[in-house]
Amino acid sequence: MTTVAETLTRVHHEEWARVVATLARRFGDLDLAEEMAAEAFATAVERWPVDGVPPAPGAWLTTTANRKAIDRLRREVRRDEKHREALMLSGTPEPLGAIDDDRLRLVFTCCHPALAMEARVALTLRMVGGLTVSEIAHAFLVQETAMGQRITRAKAKIKTARIPYGVPLRDDLPARVTGVLAVLYLIFNEGYLASGPGTPAVRADLTAEAIRLTRLVHALLPADGEAAGLLALMLLTEARRPARVSASGELVTLAEQDRGAWDRQLIAEGHALVRARLAAGEPPGRYQILAAINAVHTDARDVRDTDWAQILALYEQLIRIDASPIVRLNRAIAVAELDGPEVALAQIAGLPLTDYHAYHAVRAELLRRLGRSDEARAAYDRAVELSGNTAEQAHLIRRRDQLAG
Amino acid sequence: MAQYLINVLHDSGERATEAEMAAIDVFNEQLRADRQWVFAGGLGGPDAATVIDSRGAETVVTDGPFVESKEFVIGFWIVEAPHLDVALRLAARGSAACNRRVELRPFLDA
Repeated sequence: MTTVAETLTRVHHEEWARVVATLARRFGDLDLAEEMAAEAFATAVERWPVDGVPPAPGAWLTTTANRKAIDRLRREVRRDEKHREALMLSGTPEPLGAIDDDRLRLVFTCCHPALAMEARVALTLRMVGGLTVSEIAHAFLVQETAMGQRITRAKAKIKTARIPYGVPLRDDLPARVTGVLAVLYLIFNEGYLASGPGTPAVRADLTAEAIRLTRLVHALLPADGEAAGLLALMLLTEARRPARVSASGELVTLAEQDRGAWDRQLIAEGHALVRARLAAGEPPGRYQILAAINAVHTDARDVRDTDWAQILALYEQLIRIDASPIVRLNRAIAVAELDGPEVALAQIAGLPLTDYHAYHAVRAELLRRLGRSDEARAAYDRAVELSGNTAEQAHLIRRRDQLAG
Repeated sequence: MAQYLINVLHDSGERATEAEMAAIDVFNEQLRADRQWVFAGGLGGPDAATVIDSRGAETVVTDGPFVESKEFVIGFWIVEAPHLDVALRLAARGSAACNRRVELRPFLDA
């Protein structure tokens, strides 16, 4: 038997975005939509334990929120007739193209490129994800008041600059989807390697939220290869999460992970998505290639069975569309397995990544394998200094202290 | 419909070239044809600016722009658009036409 509290949590996850999005379309006002959705859930918290859970909880919440919004507007009519007219006018959006879903409009509005990246992340988590301002503030290690202001400013810009509540025109769609996926990937990565000292090394709440939102975007845009690719990438990364931090709180590298602890179900789902993208026969984008790389890693039951040639081929493919220093750094790890650490070290020499912890961590491992212990030690020190993640620091310090002398 | 200001940003003493002027004319014609045109104009540079302050008893007139910066506004468009995405497209075309960065600002609702 599930309790009412469990049902409420589940319904909140499943229905929040739909309730907010339906109200936003009807009334053309994100603030009102969010407040009334929150009030409807608050009413549910009071009523459901007494009256029982209604047969269609989503519809109940939408109706309740709608009624509250109309009540609110009626009260405001007496105060401000003009304001009401404006709301009703902007509440009739233009007809849209083939893809028309209230939640999709909400995602595109929250991830609009005219908003600062941090505002997009915060708005998406608040409006689409239904996280509280305090939860978002905690996840990104900022003060609750600062996070509240960030969200308020973003909503004010949406209103003043008239950021449309809608799915972009067909011509704009690919670029805008790319922006949406970037927001979701940022949320996932913050969860997978939390950047603050004193927070858990892995924030499962954030990775779960990113996956949930990406599932939604993938469901709404099933033909978008990169949305499918990002979902696969997240699932295959999330599958390894249980093995990523040791009992003593140290980050465990891919090679040393207990592969028995990997989530086989997530891996199967991720592999299926990657296979479906391969079968589609379209040239893959960045996320699809990264997903394919992770599919190769998760295919190997033992690290020694890893098909490094396949991984290197995928990195070569990735470099053709994204020749960033970080991609080159990651390719060097595969090069080291195939051609040895010396070749890999030469390839990463001079990459403009001297402020990036992973660059020094990779260098340290390569130098160690070449027996250049003093240089390796210095590289570990620099990596520890730059890493903000406590579990990663613990791992790097242990590796450094294993060096002789 | 809403109105937006497109500010043309400039950072040297050079005026628009003939090719730029021609491209601006084409853009202006299109704005008029699409009924998105409200107004546009080029401005004198900061060396032609004068600041007037009549908040006190006397009017104080000073030479120069209100803020010293490397970049300044050299011209502008005021356009009509239903929402930001349309305004962004116009601003992008305006930037390409005049071959300069532009800043897009909404007018506040009257």
